[in-house]
Amino acid sequence: MAALTGMQIYKNLPRSNCKECGFPTCMAFAMQVAAKQKALGDCPRITDDAKNSLADASSPPMKLVTIGPEGKQFTFGQETVMFRHEERFHHATGVAVRIRGALTEMQVDELVAAINRADFMRAGEKLAVALCAVEVDGYADPAGRVQRIAQNCRVPLILMGDNPETLCATAQAIPGQRPLLCKATPANVEFLAKLAAGAKCALAIGAGTLEELADATQKAKANCVDDLVLAFSDKNTSETIRQLTIARRAAIKKNFRALGYPALVEVNADSPEAETVLAATFAAKYAGIVVINGHEPWELLPVLTTIQSIYTNPQVPNAVEAKLYAIGSVTENSPVIVTTNFSLTYFSVAGEVERSKIPCYISVVNTEGLGVLNSYAGDKISPEKVLKTLQEQKVAEHVKHRKLIIPGLLPIFKGELEDISEWKEVIIGPESASKIPAFLNSVWK
Amino acid sequence: MQLPDVNEKWTHRINTVTIGATKEQGGTRGKTITVGGQTTLPSLTFEGATPNKPVIAGYVADTPPDWPDTLKNAIGKEINSPAEWARKCVETFGVDMINLSLIGADPSGKNSTPAECARVVESVLKAVDVPLIIRGCNDEEKDNLVLLECSQASRGENCLIGSAKEKNYRTVVAICKADKHKIIAEAPVDINIGKQVNILLQDSGFDLNDVVMFQTTAALGYGLDYVYTILERARTTGIKGDKLMAMPQLCDVGGETWRVKEAVADEDVLPGWGSLQKRGPMWEAACAAAYLQAGADILIMAHPAAIATIKMLIQRLS
Repeated sequence: MAALTGMQIYKNLPRSNCKECGFPTCMAFAMQVAAKQKALGDCPRITDDAKNSLADASSPPMKLVTIGPEGKQFTFGQETVMFRHEERFHHATGVAVRIRGALTEMQVDELVAAINRADFMRAGEKLAVALCAVEVDGYADPAGRVQRIAQNCRVPLILMGDNPETLCATAQAIPGQRPLLCKATPANVEFLAKLAAGAKCALAIGAGTLEELADATQKAKANCVDDLVLAFSDKNTSETIRQLTIARRAAIKKNFRALGYPALVEVNADSPEAETVLAATFAAKYAGIVVINGHEPWELLPVLTTIQSIYTNPQVPNAVEAKLYAIGSVTENSPVIVTTNFSLTYFSVAGEVERSKIPCYISVVNTEGLGVLNSYAGDKISPEKVLKTLQEQKVAEHVKHRKLIIPGLLPIFKGELEDISEWKEVIIGPESASKIPAFLNSVWK
Repeated sequence: MQLPDVNEKWTHRINTVTIGATKEQGGTRGKTITVGGQTTLPSLTFEGATPNKPVIAGYVADTPPDWPDTLKNAIGKEINSPAEWARKCVETFGVDMINLSLIGADPSGKNSTPAECARVVESVLKAVDVPLIIRGCNDEEKDNLVLLECSQASRGENCLIGSAKEKNYRTVVAICKADKHKIIAEAPVDINIGKQVNILLQDSGFDLNDVVMFQTTAALGYGLDYVYTILERARTTGIKGDKLMAMPQLCDVGGETWRVKEAVADEDVLPGWGSLQKRGPMWEAACAAAYLQAGADILIMAHPAAIATIKMLIQRLS
């Protein structure tokens, strides 16, 4: 939410200091509203006009847009920053797989099945294709095709076409499905806006320049559609990034309503490889939806993982569950490695253990998501805490030896751990996870 | 409708660093490589300049790394000879420069001697005429010995040598000063240490115009978010005027990608994740694509297919 200042609110109050709200002056009341301690409606004399004007000013600078019917929806927009370190990116970019008009019905069915299958578990999160972008021009019976896809596909639809009549006919063939109509141009935006308003659909608009685009969104808004999407076809990648950046800055930093909508980019590439890296590029730079042709896991996974990374909340340390993990076919003779629950540390250690091909137990200490050095500095890890963790996880019941591998950055834990615990041979591990395979192969014989 | 003015007023320029020396400049390189010089973020040329494109350094090691067969086969039998590997990188894969990692010096591995490493450097310099990045085996004690000899063996070639780290920089600084090489300032995914290393280099009399920053690289899905943000913050701080962060940036995408399971494990281990043949290079390329957006200037890359894809992307972004 764009925060309103006390002064902006004050200007819209009656300024009569009537005290009916319980505050001595209108200014005092305005400060309370700005601090979110009071609501505007607590002023008994506020006019509807003032309410509306403040509601507009206090609404988020970029609209939140939802596509699809209840139960299978995709929501995006309402971004607040240009750089993820300023706060976070909020609504992860949706990957839309295009169903080209030239496909046969059988090919369409196969592709829909592939889209339905495309969901992967990675680092504890589900990554999946978010939308299905159906081309509606250039073949017989698009309404029939769209109906079938809407029925069979687990994700909401984007109807892609240049002919407004076809968009209209296909949208009306799937009432209640609330597809994204893609796309209107400045020439036909009023016609399509009326259609979108009637069908309660979101509407994507494309234009040659950002100025024309801003005019077109205002025309759509005048026709009662405010669920809008800025559509870009990537003819020149650097230029597309410039336009996406300017539109987002105008919305977020200047509160420029006419461009305050999320963006869709139709990736335009002549090979699957090019398409994949371009989709990753636009995931980093401001696309709310990327439309691609690729549907193979090797094309989708790198893009989905890039999106997962970029949209991770940088304000929350990434943590894994603090428990005993078994990597590979462990036995009672397998090494036990102690590490922190900072997910980067854990996944690095686990990955290198996998690489070493030596099955290991990893006992993860709850360091509140901090890495080795930070958790030591912040008193989140100590020999006592390591011991307590080992006891809670009943590690001694899993192995018959009493050797323990501790982080190489915490060599001073060795003496105390050996003194206070049954773990009588504490081995100082490598400082860097990448050395774990060589370390295990030489130390663990 | 008129748009509001959204241009940022970046006030400073990223340092320009040239690597390599031609015959006239006292070396034997056929060309030099210049990176940096930006006064804006990637692609945002409406408010500044991006005079030098990002470049790709082909990953070459003195001994074949512990890589999956899909990658080794894509490189070919040349992987067994650093000189031939480097030549293939330049002539067939089309890289701009070579990164030579002397991983064979690792005391827990092959433990090759500094003199052996220096001979590898000489052989690569002879085999190709592009500029060279020379890096050690990540064992600080050994690297100080190895880099000393390698620096002397490449004297006059204006290489980029690394790494100088917070706890180990004096030797590397001394040899880069003595033999007139550029230096890599390395930090372990920590922007504050990144700046601290630069301060240490400055305090020891090293010209910051001869530094390339290396914030360590994370593979896609293994902390890319951290490194992405460090690169982006360093770059925005640099063009806002922090001279201690105004260096071009290096990413070792190839060195990191080919140890993570998404690039190493085939469908028998990761059912439903598609053939490794295609997935591996795509993992490397997508990672590089993200770092380009964050402000990477030099990408060290390994797989020829990933190199080809990123060359295309750099072209499309310029």
